[in-house]
Amino acid sequence: MSQTALALAFKADSGRVLAALIAQFRDFDLAEEALQDAMIEAARTWRDGRTPSCGSSWLLAVARRRALDRIRSSKRANDEIVLQNLNLLAENQPDDEAAQEIPDERLRLIFTCCHPALAEEAQVALTLRTLCGLTAREIAQAFLVPHATMNQRLTRAKAKIRNAGIPYRVPEGPEIPERLAAVLSVIYLIFNAGYAPRNPALSAEALRLCEVVHHLQPLPETSGLWALMRLHMARDPARFTADNALVSLKDQDRSLWDHAAIARAKTRLLHALALSRPGVYQIQAAISALHCEAPSWAKTDWPQILALYRALYRLSPTPVVALNSAVAEAHAGSPTASLASLEALRPELDGYQPFHAARAELLAQCGDAQAARLEYDRAISLTSAPEERTFLSKKQLELP
Amino acid sequence: MQYMALIYAEEGYQANYEGDLMADYGQFGQEAMAAGVFKAGDALMPVSDASSVQVRGGNTTVTDGPFAETKEALGGYYLLECADLDEALKWAAKIPTAKYGTIEVRPVMVFDQ
Repeated sequence: MSQTALALAFKADSGRVLAALIAQFRDFDLAEEALQDAMIEAARTWRDGRTPSCGSSWLLAVARRRALDRIRSSKRANDEIVLQNLNLLAENQPDDEAAQEIPDERLRLIFTCCHPALAEEAQVALTLRTLCGLTAREIAQAFLVPHATMNQRLTRAKAKIRNAGIPYRVPEGPEIPERLAAVLSVIYLIFNAGYAPRNPALSAEALRLCEVVHHLQPLPETSGLWALMRLHMARDPARFTADNALVSLKDQDRSLWDHAAIARAKTRLLHALALSRPGVYQIQAAISALHCEAPSWAKTDWPQILALYRALYRLSPTPVVALNSAVAEAHAGSPTASLASLEALRPELDGYQPFHAARAELLAQCGDAQAARLEYDRAISLTSAPEERTFLSKKQLELP
Repeated sequence: MQYMALIYAEEGYQANYEGDLMADYGQFGQEAMAAGVFKAGDALMPVSDASSVQVRGGNTTVTDGPFAETKEALGGYYLLECADLDEALKWAAKIPTAKYGTIEVRPVMVFDQ
C-alpha cells in the first residue's frame, strides 16, 4: 500500500488520533511528528504483509511511543507532563492496544484552535491543519496565500498556544456562547472558502467539523449552522451553467436541487428552532429553507423572509443584513420603499458590489432603466471575480 | 504561569468613571489576593512624568515622555499567577479600568536554568 493510499485510509481517523496526541502531550509539533512517524511505520508493517489489528488505536499507540522516544532524546525529558506520560506508558501493556478506545479530544482541541486570543485567519488555518488533517500547502492553496506565509501563520499560532498558555479545555458556563460563536464562525469561514470558488472538499470538511461539534456538544446554533451549510450545498448543482456561468437563485432550475438533503436539513433545523433559543445561524438557515421550499422565485414567502431578516438584524445589526432586508422588502411589498431603505445604507455600503447590484435590479423593476444601467456599471467596477462580472454584464444587457 | 496584566487607558478617564474607582480597585485587589492569583501590582504616575532611555553605540540618550506617544497610556499593572490564559483573561476582565481602556495580557517569560 502506498504512502498516499495509507494516508487516505487513515484520514478519517487521523484528526481524532492527532487530537488525542495533542491533548496528551500538549505539543502540536511533537504530535504531528509522532503521527507522521507512526504512518511510516504503518506503511512498513503493511508492506511486510502484516495488517495492524485495529487501525486507529494501533496508530495512536505507535504514535505515543514515537512521541516518547522523541521526548527522551530531547531536553524536555524532565517536564512534568512528560513524566506523567512516561508513567502512564509503563502501566500500559502492549496487548491492550487494540482494545483501547481512542478518547475523543477533538472538542477540546477545536476550542483551543478557535481561541479568541488567536487571530481569526490563524484559527481557520490551525483548525484545518489539526482537525481536518490538511497540509500547510493545501491550506495555502485554498486561501490563495504563499506556502511560506501559511507555514509561518501556523508556526506562530502554535507558538502562541504554547507560550501564552492557551488551555486545552471545553469552555464552561457563561463563556460558552462567545466561544462557541468563534468555533462556528471558523467553520462557516471554512465552508465559504470552499463554497464560493467551488472547492467541495473544503465545504465537506466544514460540514464534518460541524457534525463533530454537534455530536460532542449539541446546541441549537450548531444545528442551525449545519442546516444552513447543508441547504447551500443542496442548491449547488443549479448554481452554475455547463459553461461555468453563475446562475442567480431567481433563475436556478429548482428540479436540480437535492430535495432529499433539503428535507433532512429542514428536519434538523425544526428540532433546533423548537428549543426556542434562536441565533444568527438558525435564522439564516430558516431564510434559506424558505427559499428551498418555494416552487419558484415569484411564489417565495417574501413577507416571512422579510420578518426573518428583521429578526436577524436585531441579533446582528450589520449593513449587509440591512441590505438583504431591504431587498426582501422590495419583493414583499413596494420596491419604492425598498429603494429608500437602500439609500440610507449608501454611506456604509457604497464600495460593496452587491449594494449596487441590488439597487440596479430595483431601479429596473421601477422602470428606470437609465439609472439601473449606471448602477450595473458601478457594480461591475467593484468585482474582481470573472463569473460575477459576466453575470452582471448579462443583466445589464437585458435592460430595455 | 505568571501573567502581566498591563492597564492601558486614556489619561484622565478617571474623571468619567461611574462609581468609586479606588473602592473598585480595592475590591479587585482583595479578590485577587483571596484567590491566590495576586503576585504584585502598582499604579504608575502619568506619562508626563515618564522618561525613556536608549543606548545606541555606547551612547545613552534620555528623552522626555513615554516610549510610544499614543492616546492610551500604560497606567498600571498586575502580576498574576494563573493556571492558563483563560484564567488570566478572566481576571484581567475584572480590573475596573477594563471598562474604559484595554488590559494587555502578556505571559511572563521563563528562562531555562
